[in-house]
Amino acid sequence: MNLRMGAALAALAGLFVSAYLWLYKLGVIGTLACGTGGCETVQLSPQSRFMGVEVAAIGFAGYALLLLLTMASLQPRYANSTRLLMVIALLGGGAVLFTLYLKYLELFVIHAICRWCVGSAVLIGVFFTLIMLELRRVRRQQT
Amino acid sequence: MAEPSPMKRFYALFAVIAAAGVGFLLWQMNKSSTPAVPVKVTVQPADTAGFRGYVLGSDSAPVEIIEYADYQCPACQQFATVEWSYVRDRLVTPGRVRWVFKDFPLQQHPWARLAAHSAACASDQGKFWEYADAVFATQPDWSASRDAGKIFRAQAEKVGLNAAAWDQCMSALKFAGRIQASAEEGLKAGVGSTPSFVIGGRIYAGVLPYDKIKALVDSLSPAP
Repeated sequence: MNLRMGAALAALAGLFVSAYLWLYKLGVIGTLACGTGGCETVQLSPQSRFMGVEVAAIGFAGYALLLLLTMASLQPRYANSTRLLMVIALLGGGAVLFTLYLKYLELFVIHAICRWCVGSAVLIGVFFTLIMLELRRVRRQQT
Repeated sequence: MAEPSPMKRFYALFAVIAAAGVGFLLWQMNKSSTPAVPVKVTVQPADTAGFRGYVLGSDSAPVEIIEYADYQCPACQQFATVEWSYVRDRLVTPGRVRWVFKDFPLQQHPWARLAAHSAACASDQGKFWEYADAVFATQPDWSASRDAGKIFRAQAEKVGLNAAAWDQCMSALKFAGRIQASAEEGLKAGVGSTPSFVIGGRIYAGVLPYDKIKALVDSLSPAP
């Protein structure tokens, strides 16, 4: 298994985490398996929407896009291409920044921690780290 | 035997994670359709804007009685099913009393908040009192139930609510903040048990029989 494959698996796991939270917001899932109650506090807070859109839905769309692009980068013709990796890294970096903003809201505005959101933050962190390592590897190979 | 290629191993792991994810989501979706009404909800100003309880009776009634109640509390059920109809027909309807019902769900009652939310969603369709009466009347049926939500929904249909709109209201937990605000207000007012009645600025805890309520109302505003 290589770094891109690891990143794709992280994005896949993140896709399911965000799908779970989104389904909760849609009312399809009755209760969140959270334990602390913090998940519901976060999910029902005004900060659970960003510019009128559910944060969970944004996460789902973001992970789906990252997964699609990372799967595409596994094709042999993109093996030595840095262009696609750059696009993925930029999107992944944006996702990390957005996640940091959400963590700030949880800690300092909502004053509650959602375990599933923490899980998602770890997954996007792993994804971004693996993509950056892969980008560095390909660049080194080219020079 | 040859080692499986990295790509094959990747796809195998991908399939395992995908299957586990889909399985988990399906399990969660089928677990229960009943939403949990959270306790630790952040109360927003919009949750209580323009709302001061479920009010029945004339604005010009000389006496206001505030009832803090929990739908799962047996004493509240006793008051609702035995005393309330007398109070409503003999004091509220003639214009002597304005009745204000406020939620005070107790922690030890697992369905209390859900019941309060169900009634709040009924009030959204203008049928709070009919629905609240039905929920109290059926308390023995749902109190020990594993999925009271189904019974609350059946009651919603029975009192003629628009079931789709009620479902949507329930799923969105539209009134979770308002219920919490009401409970916090009760605590601040000094309520410690249910039912509790605020009459003439004093708190009366426990079931008040109609005669006692009438006597208190008479003392505050003599009957014409």
